[in-house]
Amino acid sequence: MATTVDKPVDLEQRDDYLRRTAHSGNGGGRDLVPADGSLRAVQDHSPAASTGIWVGLTAISMTFAALTSALVVRKGASTDWQHFTLPSVLYLDTCILLGSSVTLELSRRYFARSLAGLRAGLADSARWLYLTLLMGVVFVSGQYVAWLQLRHQGLYLSTNPSSSFFYVLTAAHALHVLGGLGGLVLVTYRLSRSRLRRSTLDIASRYWHFMDVLWIYLFLLLWFKM
Amino acid sequence: MHDTSAHAVHQHAAPTSFIRKYVFSLDHKVIGKQYYGLALLAVLTGMVLSWLMRLHLGWTDLKIPGLHLLSASGAPGDVMTPEYYLQLMTMHGTIMVFFVLTTAPFAAFGNYFLPIQVGAEDMPFPRFNMMSFWVTFTAFLVLISSFFFGDGPTLAGWTQYAPLSAVGAVAGPGQGTGEVLWASSIAIFCVGQLLGSLNFITTTLDMRTKGMSLWRLPLTAWGWFITSVMGLTAFAVLMPACILLILDHVAGTSFFVASNLVLNDQLQPHSGGSTLLWQHLFWFFGHPEVYIAIVPGMGVVSHILVANMRRPMLSHRVIVYSMGALAVLSYMVYGHHMFVSGMNPFSSLVFSFPTLVITIPSTILVLIWIGSLYGSKLRINTASLFALGFISMFISGGVSGFFLAQPSIDIMLHATYFVVGHFHLVMAVAAIFGIFAGTYFWYPKVTGRMMNETLGKIHFWLTFVGAYCIFMPFHYLGIAGNVRRYQAFVDDYLVRLIPLHRFITVAALCTGAVQLIFLYNLFYSRFRGEEAPLNPWQATSLEWSTPSSPPPFDNFGGRHVVVYHDPYQYGIEGSTDDYVMQDSPAQIQSVRDEK
Repeated sequence: MATTVDKPVDLEQRDDYLRRTAHSGNGGGRDLVPADGSLRAVQDHSPAASTGIWVGLTAISMTFAALTSALVVRKGASTDWQHFTLPSVLYLDTCILLGSSVTLELSRRYFARSLAGLRAGLADSARWLYLTLLMGVVFVSGQYVAWLQLRHQGLYLSTNPSSSFFYVLTAAHALHVLGGLGGLVLVTYRLSRSRLRRSTLDIASRYWHFMDVLWIYLFLLLWFKM
Repeated sequence: MHDTSAHAVHQHAAPTSFIRKYVFSLDHKVIGKQYYGLALLAVLTGMVLSWLMRLHLGWTDLKIPGLHLLSASGAPGDVMTPEYYLQLMTMHGTIMVFFVLTTAPFAAFGNYFLPIQVGAEDMPFPRFNMMSFWVTFTAFLVLISSFFFGDGPTLAGWTQYAPLSAVGAVAGPGQGTGEVLWASSIAIFCVGQLLGSLNFITTTLDMRTKGMSLWRLPLTAWGWFITSVMGLTAFAVLMPACILLILDHVAGTSFFVASNLVLNDQLQPHSGGSTLLWQHLFWFFGHPEVYIAIVPGMGVVSHILVANMRRPMLSHRVIVYSMGALAVLSYMVYGHHMFVSGMNPFSSLVFSFPTLVITIPSTILVLIWIGSLYGSKLRINTASLFALGFISMFISGGVSGFFLAQPSIDIMLHATYFVVGHFHLVMAVAAIFGIFAGTYFWYPKVTGRMMNETLGKIHFWLTFVGAYCIFMPFHYLGIAGNVRRYQAFVDDYLVRLIPLHRFITVAALCTGAVQLIFLYNLFYSRFRGEEAPLNPWQATSLEWSTPSSPPPFDNFGGRHVVVYHDPYQYGIEGSTDDYVMQDSPAQIQSVRDEK
């Protein structure tokens, strides 16, 4: 073991730190939420929520990884796997979800412009956000139509392991998308009340884009396995 | 300046109403105490269940007065039926693993002390934190409710192997409603722990105060952080597994039930599901769960020993690396629970190798503890005794792991009492000793009063001897061929083992009764205990820098803590005391690992 001299932190620096951040966090490595009340006036970033969303997405990834491995094992272990054609509405649904990511990005860009002082940016941002919300609702409705189409083919949850996995995976994803829609509703509400922080929109977008990527993955999985 | 900083720091104001202060509280300290209370309730329930099981194993036809009140069909005339024994056993395992070993060392202590030890006012998502507890509590109620619905709780064991767990009421009492309640309870529990893990990880990464670099975190904080990463990834797998199990029951799917299965002369209406699939999903969670139970204890024990040795561990960093290695390896070894499932012998070898490798970080930990203790003038108090007890149990239980890790030996010992003895010592009793150590150590901070040391030491010695009396004979029973989960012993070779079973039963009852001393000490000291000084153990980490015991709502009374030192600055030359607090600005010759 070696001995070293620990130098105390410079007190002047410390006061400056308190003035800027007024928050505990991150070993003092980054500036955190300022305390002067004008949250929207600065380029804020909230490390805890930003880290938190990645942590949450890790958990969601693990859940879908578990379901994927279950599908692969179940399909490999049996001879009763019934192949079926994916409902055609899913192709349209995929486009809609991809489109919603684009509209959300546009909303985010206009919001950034509004932070830079351009008043018009805020209205444009809201407009694209409403469109994203609408597309999200259409996507979930589209999933419901897909289930109806499957029922029409006589494929129910318990009919065959392939249909069981189809319903479980799409329903689990749709539930997560509904959660994302809840988040976007909150973002829209805060935007309308001029209380939206940039970090909130960033985090909501990160989740939404992840839902997009997850759906592409699930769609390909279903396409190959069904 | 002070007002504005206070505004941002306290994202939620100190509550005044009873409901917001003590019931639906956002304060991590209250939530930690709630978790501890839940664990206490759960451990008492689980212990009573084990007494009932032990009585039945010692004296199969024994009438246990009042047992019929718990279940008229399960205990007609107060004598336990074979099925009811299995139901109690399942509930004992489930309650202990999920609601005691996961909640107490991780959720209870971690919630209370992690934010304080990193110098934060609270966790970053207090509402999620509150939800985490109440969701977990709901899971507990759902599980306990299965005692009172239909024909009682499930009998499929805490591992819930399919197809027994998946075919429904035809498989036996409790396999209908009881089984669905079990799977629902555990799925709900997973949600609670995921929310908790989310908070733990973000607290450690993002809520550290100025100067608190990762290497300045105490070993407890490292333990909770590593555990929360395991919790996040393991519970996220168990939850969908439970949902698939529920669907097999309520929606008629066939995830886990093979085709052409005939039970009680009835052909089961399932197509070819995979019974092994459940085992894969369950043990992918199940083995990390073992480390979720024990790693926080490793952190707590290291933390307590350092404070009582008055010098740091031989290597702070190697302890952290070893705990991390345990976490990573814990995902690679799960197949060793399935050596006899008919897996390819090559797969057995693949799982056997990391299982033997995982003993390396475990051994390193033990060697560091013992090496650090060697020659130290250890302060003997109840907390340090329980910490030593933890190491003892961990070694005793760990040694039997070497045998079980090898497929050829495991084929003989699998599903015998040898396994039961192994995991009880290494995971359950060791973790419980960690909980006791933490309780005696932190009680002064949480309540402002000291626990009675004399009663504590009596409690330790009786529990220590009692635990060995209960669990060491299990190994002998296992080697003698005593299969676990038998409710009565009728074969010749088993009948001869009944006296040993009776000895274990008496030991279990006595050791259980000894816990009354702990309960008395816990509640009596709360009101009548000696008033505790702010830092009774002369320890250095931030929980001892709070302005009061218990700490105020914002932990540090409006003060912004700045950390200047590594966590364990003991035995400092030239200092007025032999230790320097982490937030002391004194310039010192500090003790540190080689870089």
